[in-house]
Amino acid sequence: MNYLLTTLISGISLGGQYALIAIGYTLVYGILRLINFAHGDVFMVAGLMMVYLSAALPLPVAMVFMLVLTVALGFAIERAAYKPLRSAPRMSVMISAIGVSYLLQNLATYVTGGLPQTYPTIPWLSQVAWGTVKWAAIVTPFLVVALVFALTQLINHTKVGMAMRAVAKDFETSQLMGIKINNVISMTFVIGSALAAVGSALYFINFPSIVPLSGALPGLRAFVAAVFGGIGSIPGAVVGAFIIGISETAIKASPYSIFSDAFTFALLIVILVVKPTGLFGEKVTDKV
Amino acid sequence: MLRIDDLRVNYGGIEAVKGVSFDVPEGQIVTLIGANGAGKSTTLRTIAGLIKPAEGRIRLQAEDITGISPDKIVSKGITLVPEGRRVFPDLTVLENLKIGAYLRSDDLTDDLNWVYSLFPRLKERSWQAAGTLSGGEQQMLAVGRALMSRPKLMMMDEPSLGLAPLVVKDIFAIIKRINSQGVTILLIEQNANMALHIADTAYVLETGRLTLSGTGEELLRNEAVKKAYLG
Repeated sequence: MNYLLTTLISGISLGGQYALIAIGYTLVYGILRLINFAHGDVFMVAGLMMVYLSAALPLPVAMVFMLVLTVALGFAIERAAYKPLRSAPRMSVMISAIGVSYLLQNLATYVTGGLPQTYPTIPWLSQVAWGTVKWAAIVTPFLVVALVFALTQLINHTKVGMAMRAVAKDFETSQLMGIKINNVISMTFVIGSALAAVGSALYFINFPSIVPLSGALPGLRAFVAAVFGGIGSIPGAVVGAFIIGISETAIKASPYSIFSDAFTFALLIVILVVKPTGLFGEKVTDKV
Repeated sequence: MLRIDDLRVNYGGIEAVKGVSFDVPEGQIVTLIGANGAGKSTTLRTIAGLIKPAEGRIRLQAEDITGISPDKIVSKGITLVPEGRRVFPDLTVLENLKIGAYLRSDDLTDDLNWVYSLFPRLKERSWQAAGTLSGGEQQMLAVGRALMSRPKLMMMDEPSLGLAPLVVKDIFAIIKRINSQGVTILLIEQNANMALHIADTAYVLETGRLTLSGTGEELLRNEAVKKAYLG
């Protein structure tokens, strides 16, 4: 019984961490129709920054810097690698995103010398609350719900959110309203990166160390979650992430643990075949 | 008010506008008529800042506004009601109106009331998603949305497109009413008959060049115009 409960709590927590990454994918897709393949690596870089910053600064300060620098990284990637390709075919932007992904991984290899870096322990969050469950796992779902609530409020009830919804539908008409679409696009990268930074602290706390490829798999799983929920939809990404997080943890706790990723990616194939728009996806996603 | 000098625009690999010059006097309704592909839309889109011209000058009250970004054009008081209405289908009617005033930070109550007085139907449907409106209502919303920026000059790209004749009549009556309240109008239309009837000044655009100009009435009586555009 305890084992079941701890598995469930870990699953929900993992799902919350995936949700924080998946929102970044889904927001950017909603506006640019771009799968930002570099997003998982931004998540990894956020983790590495935490390693280096916490070595030099007090932990709370390091966390703030990590958040700010991750946001700056997401912003810079958009400006340098995607903005110049605004009128290029979508495929070019996607290839650029793959390029950024490899660039970040290789830069991380260069900086770390390819050696695993020990992730700092964060007081309280790293401590065990009950059984094998850390406080981080208990806090995560509440934090995710609060952040998602704040985000939906921003999108549905503020001027900038209205601009985001408008730009997602129609670049040109948005420009005619006086909206600077580049600022709105930057905003989505800023939000996505900030959430990934929070997610990275909650995720890497569960692992002893971090390597340049540490962002690849969580990034992919979060991407599957976003597609499963219906890419472009925020509630979809969150629900998809919780489903994937819980199933992954449940399978890992079972005798078939090696199949956990196989299940996740099989789910991707099934959803693409059966309902390509995902659980909450728009019926027609292509712009006319 | 608005002066276009020798405007040349390349668009989609061809020279769509080949040296066009014309004036939009303040307070008037000015129309550009012409067949499909004559360069009417390209001209308006260039004035709105969506396309950069290859050559030529666009001046607004002596200020050179050639090639500046669309948001700056809006802030200078020029707005474009795009072809095909292009309301934001997922946003409510009210949100569509509010987004028209995106660059403004002052109180919108008076302007909303003004738009609602012009289009009472929009008030009834203010909480509905714009995508659920009929074609005519969407056109009204597109006009109302443009008015929310408090324009000095409102450009309209084919407002009659795809609408029933009765609705078209309504829309043109509203255009006159808006104009009488001090908004200068630059209108392009394939429905030349309607456009010329309300226009103070009219120009005929043929394959990227202006071929005729005059008052709306003059062009209505012009034999060449009758033959080519009025059937």
